[in-house]
Amino acid sequence: MTTTPDIHAPTFLAGDEFSIPTFRLLKQDGSLHEGATAPELEQDKALAIYRAMVATRVLDERMLAAQRQGRLSFYMQCTGEEAAVVGATAALDDADMIMAQYREQGALVYRGFTFDEFMNQLFGNELDYGKGRQMPIHYGSRKLHYMTISSPLATQIPQATGYAYGQKLAGDGLCTTVFFGEGAASEGDFHAALNMAAVHEVPVIFFCRNNGYAISTPSIEQFAADGVAPRAFGYRMHVIRVDGNDILAVYSATREARRIAVEHNQPVLIEAMSYRLAAHSSSDDPSGYRSKKEEEAWRDKDPILRMQRWLIDLGWWSEEEEKALQESLRREVLETMKRAEKRPPPPLDSLVTDVYADVTPELQRQLDSLKRHIRQYPEAYPKGASSLDPDVRAGDDVAAKGED
Amino acid sequence: MPTMNMLQAINNALDIAMGEDDKVLCFGEDVGSFGGVFRATSHLQEKYGRARCFNTPLVEQGIIGFANGLAAQGSVPVAEIQFADYIFPAFDQIVNETAKYRYRSGDLFNVGGLTIRTPYGGGIAGGHYHSQSPEAYFAHTPGLKIVVPRDPYQAKGLLLASIRDPDPVIFFEPKRLYRAAVGEVPEEDYQLPIGEAEVTKEGTDVTLVGWGAQMEVIDRAVELAEKDGISCEVIDLRTLLPWDQDSVAESVFKTGRLVITHEAPRTGGFAGEIAAAIQERCFLYLESPIARVTGLDTPFPLTLEKEYLPDHLKIVEAIRASVNF
Repeated sequence: MTTTPDIHAPTFLAGDEFSIPTFRLLKQDGSLHEGATAPELEQDKALAIYRAMVATRVLDERMLAAQRQGRLSFYMQCTGEEAAVVGATAALDDADMIMAQYREQGALVYRGFTFDEFMNQLFGNELDYGKGRQMPIHYGSRKLHYMTISSPLATQIPQATGYAYGQKLAGDGLCTTVFFGEGAASEGDFHAALNMAAVHEVPVIFFCRNNGYAISTPSIEQFAADGVAPRAFGYRMHVIRVDGNDILAVYSATREARRIAVEHNQPVLIEAMSYRLAAHSSSDDPSGYRSKKEEEAWRDKDPILRMQRWLIDLGWWSEEEEKALQESLRREVLETMKRAEKRPPPPLDSLVTDVYADVTPELQRQLDSLKRHIRQYPEAYPKGASSLDPDVRAGDDVAAKGED
Repeated sequence: MPTMNMLQAINNALDIAMGEDDKVLCFGEDVGSFGGVFRATSHLQEKYGRARCFNTPLVEQGIIGFANGLAAQGSVPVAEIQFADYIFPAFDQIVNETAKYRYRSGDLFNVGGLTIRTPYGGGIAGGHYHSQSPEAYFAHTPGLKIVVPRDPYQAKGLLLASIRDPDPVIFFEPKRLYRAAVGEVPEEDYQLPIGEAEVTKEGTDVTLVGWGAQMEVIDRAVELAEKDGISCEVIDLRTLLPWDQDSVAESVFKTGRLVITHEAPRTGGFAGEIAAAIQERCFLYLESPIARVTGLDTPFPLTLEKEYLPDHLKIVEAIRASVNF
C-alpha cells in the first residue's frame, strides 16, 4: 500500500484528465514512423506471419461466399483485424494457451490448424473435434493450445486467469493470452478476471480487440472512458494501447507483455485499436448502423497491405509471390471445403457421449429409446439413421477421429 | 474411530485430498487464514501454503470462472461459494461453462477436476438469503453432478469421491448439520460412490426418499409411523444428478408407495422429477399417488421458518395418507 497525501478541500479527479498514447511503428506506406525501430523479426518468421494473415483473409472471403451460397449455416470474418491476432500469437510461445472469443481464426492459422481442420468444424462433420455440437467458427485444438470457443461472451476471461494461475503453479514458464472485444469488456467476467489476476499475480495477457463495434453498438455507446485501457490502472496492472493494424507494434507489444507476464508473474492488458471491416457475422448487415464512408476510411488502413509493403521494401516479398500465394490458397480452400462437405455427420451415439466422462444409465436409456424411434422413421432422420446401420457407412475411408 | 462433526469431516477430507495431490487447491471468500466463515478450511493455508489455499476477491462469477480455467489446465480446484444463496452470480459460469466444457469441445478439454462446495438449506434462522436449497436449478443441467451428504461419515467419503471424480461436482453441504451432526468418521482415506442412492432402512409399506438435512427429519417421521405399525423403507439419494432411479424404482416395486421430501419450493422442485420418473417405471405397482412434502412456493421466511419447513409431522402425515389412500 502506498501512502496517499491528504487534501483539505473536496477535490475530485475526473477520468477524462488523461488519455493513453497509442504505440505505432509501421506507417501505412510500409515505412517506419520517425524514431521507430522494428522489432527483431527474422525473414522466415515475418513471412510466416504474413502468410497466416493472408490465409486468414482468403479463408474468410471464401467461407462468407459459401455461407451466401447456402453451403454453410453461419460464418464470422475477422477482416481488418488480422494483424492484431496473428501478430500477438506470433509473439507468444507456441505452447502458451490461447483463449479466444470467436474472431481469432488468425491465431489458429498461424499455429498450423489446417484448412481441413477448419472445414471439419465449419461443416460439423464426423471429423470435427467438437463432434458437430457447436455452431460454425467454434474451433478448438488441444495440440495447438487453443481452448475451444464458447458462445457466451467474456466467460473465457476469468477462465484465462485460472488457467494461467495453474501454469504459474506448474512452473512451466508459460502464460495464457485471452482475446476479447471491447463489448465483452463490459461484462462482469472481465472485471472479475482482471481483479483476480492482479491480486493473485497471474501470468495472463488480456488482449482486447477494440474494433469499434459490438454487433451494431458503437464503442461510444459501450463506454464513456478513453477506451478499455484505463481500467487497468484501477486494478494496478500493466497496460499498453497499440495500433491493432500495425503488425510490428502488435508483435513488439505482445512480446514485451509476455516477458512481464512470465518473468514477473504479472497480468498485462493490451488494447489493440482496430476496426471490424466486415459484418459482425453472416447474419448481420452493417449498412443499417454505419456509413460506407467510415468503412472506406478504415479500408485504407488495411493491416495486410501495410505489412506487404514493408516486406516488399525489405526485398522479402514480391508481387509475383503474392499472386501465387493467393491462387494456391483459394484453390486449397475450395478443395478442402468440398472434402469436408462430403464427409458424414458424427455418429448418433455422439449425442450422449462427453456429457459426463462415462455415459450415465439414464442417457443410455434415452439413446436406446431414440434409436428405436429412428429405426421406425429412418427417412425422417437421415443423419441419425445413417449411423444406425453399419452398412450405410461401409466404404467410408475416414481415418481415426480426434486429435493426439 | 474418532468422532467428528460435519465441518471436521469436511476439513479432514480436504486435508487428505490436498496432502495426497499437490494439484488440489481450495479457495473462495474468507477460506484462507480465517478458515472460512464456517471454518471448513481451517488450517489448510497454514499446512499447504497461500498458493494452494487462499482468499479470493468477493466475486462469485470470478471464483467459478477462475476455477473452470484452473480445472481445464489440469489442476483440481475445490471452490467454495460461501452460501448457496450466493451462487447465482456464478450461474452462467456453472451452467454454460462448467457443465458444457467436455461436451462442446468433443472431449478436447474438460473441467472434471472441479468441485464446488456450498452450504445450503434452512433451519438456522437465516431468512431467505441464507437458507435456500437451489439444487433443482442445477439438476436441470446435463454435465454437472450434484452431491448432498447427510452426516459427517457421508460428507467425508462423498467429498473425497467428488474431488477425484472425472466430472465437475456441486457439493451441497447441509449447514444446519455442520455442528449438529456428530458421528464416527474413520481417520483414513475412503470414498463413497457418486450416483448411487443408499437404502438407510429397509421396510415394506412405503418408500421415503430425501437427501441432505431432510434425512434426519425423515428418520424422526419414520419413528412416529412405525409406532402406528407402518413399515418404512428409507432412501438417501445422496446424488441428485445423475440420480439413482433403479434403487428408488426397486423399492417402490416392493412397497407400492412413495413419499419424497425436500426443503426447496415445490414447483419445479426435484421431487417432481423423481415422481414423474417413478410413475413411468412403476405405474402398475403404485397403491397410492406419489406424495411430495416440500417447502412452499415462496421465498424462504425468517420468523415462520418452522412453519415453512417440511418437518417430521408433515412427513408422517404424508406417510399415513399414502398408506390409508
